[in-house]
Amino acid sequence: MERLLNVTTVVAIVLLLLVLFSIRRAHIRVEYSVGWLGTAVGLIVLSRMPSVMRFAARHVGLGDDPPLALFLTAAAVFLMMFYRYSIIVSHLRDDNIALAQRVAILEFHIQHLRQRVPE
Amino acid sequence: MTPPRHPVKPATGTDSLLVLIPAYNEEGAIASVVSEVHRYVPGAPVLVIDDCSRDGTSFCARSAGADVLALPHHLGLGGAVQAGYKLAFELGYEYVIRVDGDGQHPAADIPRILEKLKSSDYEMVIGSRFLEANGWRSSFARKMGQSFFRAVLRPILGQSVHDPTSGFVGVNRRALQVFASSFPLEYPEIEALVVLQRRRFRFIEIPCKMRPRTTGRSTITAVKSFYYIIHVLLGVFVNVLKWDRRPRPSQAPGSRIDSVHNTGRDMRHS
Repeated sequence: MERLLNVTTVVAIVLLLLVLFSIRRAHIRVEYSVGWLGTAVGLIVLSRMPSVMRFAARHVGLGDDPPLALFLTAAAVFLMMFYRYSIIVSHLRDDNIALAQRVAILEFHIQHLRQRVPE
Repeated sequence: MTPPRHPVKPATGTDSLLVLIPAYNEEGAIASVVSEVHRYVPGAPVLVIDDCSRDGTSFCARSAGADVLALPHHLGLGGAVQAGYKLAFELGYEYVIRVDGDGQHPAADIPRILEKLKSSDYEMVIGSRFLEANGWRSSFARKMGQSFFRAVLRPILGQSVHDPTSGFVGVNRRALQVFASSFPLEYPEIEALVVLQRRRFRFIEIPCKMRPRTTGRSTITAVKSFYYIIHVLLGVFVNVLKWDRRPRPSQAPGSRIDSVHNTGRDMRHS
């Protein structure tokens, strides 16, 4: 059990560093990194506090199994994040299509105006 | 010989027509499609929407006398068609007829579609391959798919549609206004029917004799078919489930899909 929690801590630290590195390289915008950073920090804290997870596991009927409670919590958080980012990506795609259509229409108008203006 | 050229410009008059041709990598067919439209609908401006083709589609279309709306990146069929609808609506066109860029839709049928739009209150006229026996041959899988969608759409639309996937459609300005703001972006034909039905607009099918494609490849491959069915079903049901305070179609007079045959006689189904 202790080893599993240690592995979780290491994975969470790697996630934290990866996200920070990505922010520094401008691969992720700050507003989209908050969820990942929060999740990584939460995983680090919870994996270092087995008593909290043991308490939670007992109260949701998982028995004396802190790693299972931790993984279920992490899975729930990640699912919510995936859902949130699916919504964001969908909105961005809609905006992107509308913008591409507008650019094409404006270019069309510009070309026709150019043709009407004498050289 | 210089091809005829009728520039797409702000529409004048109450019966202005714009022919839209969405195209993606159709350099082999687009010039003949544009020329055929010019031959059968002389004087009508033709707008080819180039969905960021990687070949010479734009060049061939312009050389044949069409105007080209060039999209900055690939949007897919729905995004391309909607771009054309948006431009047509902004320019004030009264009627827009969409013809595929692969040469399957005979331009000789455009005047019949236009005439039906002008002489009726239907917001949309669909050129149907299956309304009459016209020699059109589909693969077994496509026949099954068509039958499936007919069965699904019948209770939703309150009327059978013979060719729900036809891209040979004409719309009037009321439908144009709707499509300019709300149009399905992938595999749009079937969902577009539901979009119009939700607004209590009326459709009609007229028989058209379509040709097999001569160049290029269909966007619906065997691998994509399953995804296509799931995607379209989801789109249809999402549109159906959208809350609408207006009366249900069965409560609204004249909200059915009707069909008309070559005789010009309306075939209203009860």
